[in-house]
Amino acid sequence: MALIHIKDVVKTYDMGAELVHALSGVTIDIQANEYVAIMGPSGSGKSTLMNVIGCLDTPTSGLYEFGGENVGDLDDNQLAEIRNRKIGFVFQTFNLLPRSTALHNVELPLIYAGVPSHERRERAEKALTDVGLGDRMLHKPNELSGGQRQRVAVARALVNNPSIILADEPTGNLDSRTGVEIMQLFSELHAQGNTLILVTHEEEIAEHAHRILRLFDGKVASDEVVANPLTYASQM
Amino acid sequence: MSRIESISTTLQTLRGNRLRSFLTLLSIAIGVFSIIAVMTALGALQNSIEGGLSALGTNTFQVQKYPHNQGGGPGWHARLRNRPDITYAQGLAVVERTQGARYIGLEAWTFGYEVTWRNVRTNPDIAIAGETPDGLPTNQWEIDLGRSLSQSDLDLTRRVVILGADLVRLLFPPSYNPIGETVSLAGTRYKIIGTLKPEGAMFGSRDRHFVIPITTFFEKFGKNRSIHIMVQAESRENFQAVQDQVIGVLRAVRKDRPGEENSFAMFSNESLIREFNEMTATVRLGTMAIAAVALLAAGIGIMNIMLVSVTERTREIGVRKAVGATRRSVIAQFLSEAVVISVLGGLIGILLGLLAGNILAVALEIDPVIELTWIATGIAACCLVGIIFGTYPAWKAANLDPIDALRYE
Ligand SMILES: Nc1ncnc2c1ncn2[C@@H]1O[C@H](COP(=O)(O)OP(=O)(O)OP(=O)(O)O)[C@@H](O)[C@H]1O
Ligand SMILES: [Mg+2]
Repeated sequence: MALIHIKDVVKTYDMGAELVHALSGVTIDIQANEYVAIMGPSGSGKSTLMNVIGCLDTPTSGLYEFGGENVGDLDDNQLAEIRNRKIGFVFQTFNLLPRSTALHNVELPLIYAGVPSHERRERAEKALTDVGLGDRMLHKPNELSGGQRQRVAVARALVNNPSIILADEPTGNLDSRTGVEIMQLFSELHAQGNTLILVTHEEEIAEHAHRILRLFDGKVASDEVVANPLTYASQM
Repeated sequence: MSRIESISTTLQTLRGNRLRSFLTLLSIAIGVFSIIAVMTALGALQNSIEGGLSALGTNTFQVQKYPHNQGGGPGWHARLRNRPDITYAQGLAVVERTQGARYIGLEAWTFGYEVTWRNVRTNPDIAIAGETPDGLPTNQWEIDLGRSLSQSDLDLTRRVVILGADLVRLLFPPSYNPIGETVSLAGTRYKIIGTLKPEGAMFGSRDRHFVIPITTFFEKFGKNRSIHIMVQAESRENFQAVQDQVIGVLRAVRKDRPGEENSFAMFSNESLIREFNEMTATVRLGTMAIAAVALLAAGIGIMNIMLVSVTERTREIGVRKAVGATRRSVIAQFLSEAVVISVLGGLIGILLGLLAGNILAVALEIDPVIELTWIATGIAACCLVGIIFGTYPAWKAANLDPIDALRYE
């Protein structure tokens, strides 16, 4: 069974004067341990699709099943719990808490999961060490470089052992070299068995994934397997 | 999210916004300060008045020319100015004709004299009390050394004196027995026949009394003055009956016309406390009103700051929701921020208020107090203000759409 099952999903925004169809009938299945890149022109609905997948947003119509569960049936608290336990977000603009240390930022999902503080700290430290920031744990976001901030965000996404990591243009605010570093990190995560979905504009970035979905005007225009994905190893 | 967690998050946020937190804190602190300062000062005043009043014993009332608190309403003085003095003769009439009283003391006072013994001289702030023998028990003065006044002291206008404990301490070396010594006051020499046990202090120490027979007093300081009549009933039961008799006797000897009000004032401990409470109730009520307005203003300040904070931290709220914060935990976070700010402010206000109220108390030479009820009330009020005015901002934060919040610039 697919980890993510999306069928005829429509998302419409009512802007008063007109209806904006951000998604107009999307059907996709994504299996566990897939590495999918979503591409498409600006406004084609990539972020909207990510938000639906991440349970931040609910479709106007259509079916969305996550791990066999119909998301449409869930209430606010259950959605929050899914976001907390099953999904890790990485954003283009990092979205770290500016006044908190890297460690506290990474601890945040564990706080909401009710993990006791000593265990929380241990796990957050491990996640930060895993992304190569073992020596920056007590730094605040403004004391970190862009690439380091995004690593903190990745550590935060990972810390709760989610079923899936969603990254919406994670390299969009990084220079290309730092972007490559983050992509190497993703390749590693995938190699370790994580499921990843990535939104990007850049073909080169998308080439890291094993499957590329192209959206156009809120519809899936193409869905192809990457014959020979760029890997961590091939970058070296 | 656990409560501890939410409070530590709160403190972290507050530290992050020092100036703003401080200003909000200040507004709450001022509100609470005003309540606590006034209540503390009033509490100290009330304690001291109640403590001092026990000078007038149980079942005892006092008659004098003017009301004690001069609270006869506007123009009382003009109305009462023409009252005749209560004379010694009228006092004696009361003593003779009243039944059911344990003691009826008559006294006259004058103030501001210095007492000397050998080369020791007091400040000119000694109070002279001319008393009848019954005046000592009605004043709740107890003999420490020596003896009390006797009727023959009065009959023979003896120049004898009983000294208050403080006066003894001022004049004589420690553990010196002053009985039999002679002290001078206003050019007259008095033989010491007794001393009084220390009394409770009200507005500083009061036991610097120089107690002499009332007849001697009249001889030295003149008879042309109004005296006090102090009556102690035998029991609570006949208190009213005794009071009625005294009123009857006095009205008769003072020739008050039927239908006219008494040409003298009467009060007991109970009535004094009641009067004081009536007076301070108004002050308390006024303070409460001011404090309520101050807290309301502070509450609105808190709401304003919290709303700014919610707007400023829209993205943060989005992030928190994206990583799994429920509505409830967002509400808990913002509510506890509001409550922590207001309680911290409240604590500061309480500390300053206690300080100010007690400084005032010390300045007035009354015993300082810490009114726990008002402290508790203050803290409770702050919690309430935090919760009431924090609810809307917290609700607003909890209901932000996570996507909108994350996209917020
Ligand atoms: N909250 C919203 N209200 C109204 N319209 C919206 C909202 N969010 C998205 N849209 C519209 O839905 C469409 C899809 O938006 P979406 O953000 O998914 O595009 P995108 O593919 O992520 O674009 P980009 O590459 O620029 O990020 C756009 O036309 C956008 O204007
Ligand atoms: Mg987008």
